[in-house]
Amino acid sequence: MRSLQRIRAVFIKELIQLKRDRMTFGMVIMIPLIQLMLFGFAINTNVRDIPVGLVDHSQSGLSRVLVQTIDATQVVEFTHHYSAEVLAQQALTRAEIRAFLVIPADVDNRIARHPGVGLGSAQASATEANRAIAHWVVDGSDTMIAATIKGLRNMPLAELQGKPANRQSSTFAVTLLYNPEQRSAVNIIPGLVGVILTMTMIMFTSAAIVRERERGNLEMLIATPIRSIELMIGKIVPYLGIGMIQVAIILGLGHSVFNVPFNGGLWQLAAATLLFIAASLTLGLLISTIASNQLQSMQMTVFVLLPSILLSGFMFPYEGMPELAQYIAEALPATHFMRLIRGVVLRDVEVFDMTFDVVWLGIFTLVGLLVASLRFKKNLD
Amino acid sequence: MNHQQADTVICANQLSRHFGSLKAIEKLDLAVSKGQIYGFLGPNGCGKTTAIRMLTGLLRPTSGRIEVLGLTLPQDSEKLRLKMGYMTQKFSLYDDLSIRQNLQFIADIFCLSPNQQKYRIEELLSTYGLDTKAKQLASSLSGGQRQRLALAAATLHKPELLFLDEPTSAVDPENRRDFWEKLFDLCDDGASILVSTHYMDEAERCHKLAILEAGCKRADGTPDELMNNMGAHVVEVAAPDLRQLKLQLLRLPDVISAAQLGSRLRVLIKNSINQPLDYLLHLPSLLHHDSLSPQEGLLARSDLTLVRPSLEDVFVTCTGKGRQ
Repeated sequence: MRSLQRIRAVFIKELIQLKRDRMTFGMVIMIPLIQLMLFGFAINTNVRDIPVGLVDHSQSGLSRVLVQTIDATQVVEFTHHYSAEVLAQQALTRAEIRAFLVIPADVDNRIARHPGVGLGSAQASATEANRAIAHWVVDGSDTMIAATIKGLRNMPLAELQGKPANRQSSTFAVTLLYNPEQRSAVNIIPGLVGVILTMTMIMFTSAAIVRERERGNLEMLIATPIRSIELMIGKIVPYLGIGMIQVAIILGLGHSVFNVPFNGGLWQLAAATLLFIAASLTLGLLISTIASNQLQSMQMTVFVLLPSILLSGFMFPYEGMPELAQYIAEALPATHFMRLIRGVVLRDVEVFDMTFDVVWLGIFTLVGLLVASLRFKKNLD
Repeated sequence: MNHQQADTVICANQLSRHFGSLKAIEKLDLAVSKGQIYGFLGPNGCGKTTAIRMLTGLLRPTSGRIEVLGLTLPQDSEKLRLKMGYMTQKFSLYDDLSIRQNLQFIADIFCLSPNQQKYRIEELLSTYGLDTKAKQLASSLSGGQRQRLALAAATLHKPELLFLDEPTSAVDPENRRDFWEKLFDLCDDGASILVSTHYMDEAERCHKLAILEAGCKRADGTPDELMNNMGAHVVEVAAPDLRQLKLQLLRLPDVISAAQLGSRLRVLIKNSINQPLDYLLHLPSLLHHDSLSPQEGLLARSDLTLVRPSLEDVFVTCTGKGRQ
């Protein structure tokens, strides 16, 4: 009872301070909004409209049709024309264009003999038939762009002749569940919940006790009968609510603006999110018992935040990481939450079916809280 | 032993605290009786704050024993927190909370019931003249108001023992007088108070005080005892050219200090000189050898007055030696 009264006192005090601190209060809303827009619109793994150049030695009607067909895929956009490869190469160096297409003078001939076109009239020898009809030169330093243009290698050519494309038979049939249109936002926005919660939750709590120490309030506080665990819980609870508000903003806007499906149950979502917020908050508290000023606590927050963005599976698939990175990723709460939230939002999974991730977050929270309370001493030694 | 304990609220034996090679407090013995205002007088950096932090259980002593309100520190620190109030040197309540919100926070921390809270907070607000400003943020208060708020917060749970660390260092003289009136009121209600200060006039108001310097206690007792038992005579000299005279006097081995007060010079002379006035009257012959000052018969009997020592004189006599 007494504990509850003290926890409530700290809780109310934090709320009043938060309300007076307009800047922090604004950040609670603005961080998810801005991040959502940045990640939702800017980050797109499906590259489109790459600026490319054209060196057309043929200047025939067919070469123009070829260019239009490529243009129509919307993968590239022909922005420049060059008379020679050398000039195009220089433009590539200047980064005016990311790639250029060289159409040889005998392109009509090549197209005619190309097996993909299937004219079947000319008697083509095997080597002639295997010749490509034109040549892409690509700035290969960006793997994403290189891969996209490589994807053009097997572009169907049948429509050049106004014929229906003769579809190749596939080796495998592939069904894309949960994100059939392959939109990046569907994968990124649930993951963004994890990144933003990591950022704000750790940042707020890591400053929580350090700030009291810096302003001199701590000397007064520790001379009162308040217990460290009461102080810690009182400081954490307001941020549980703030975390939930942020989740609501991200998923609400993600659903209405970016059409991210919301397949899971609300309670499932609440359970996963509360587990993760609790883990992040204890991590923040742990930082604040180590850091001696707010600058240090901020640095330590970034120290945790960066691997949480890069290794958690938010940007790069966990499976593609080297083994060492996978071990680090397993230690981070964000990795486990990333699996849980994507599971709940996209695949309607039962949170407690993903036992390993749930147990890890739970253990992380308990151990973190224990270590933080042990580290926080009520004296000035 | 038990009788003594009933009257003694603070008892420290051979208390030391070292920070690395710095000896912040060295072998401090202390006994504070119930119902007293006990003062720590000393220059900045003499260890007053360190001593108070150890006596409140916030800092572990390197060695020595502490017993406060019958509790052994630092083991029983938590029990002590319910019975003591501590006002830190720097304002340590929340700047971004109003006066009432600050007091409510403290009341909740000490687990006062809602009824008690309401009554006690109103009482404190009117006692400390803060009732018209209850909704004002602590950051917008003047120095005097802040100190009153801090005192109100420290006494909210009616502690038996109050620690005040330089409570009036940023307060004007009038507010300081009022502040001390409040302290005597608290004392009258049965509280014991330990207060640190570097103001002489405040020290003089204490029932008893200890003079600290460089972590050591140089003297203790009531202000009167200290002034009466001081190991020096005080002579006031009224003469022309006091700056010059001061420099010459300070060269003499038996002169502890000489400080100018307007048109007079206050000279402290060691107790080993039995007749301080005669000593000063014979001064011209002493000074005569000094080629810089060819004056003679500089001081006449009528220029000299033997005066009662002040606390400042005690302070200077006690602390003059060890200072770097």
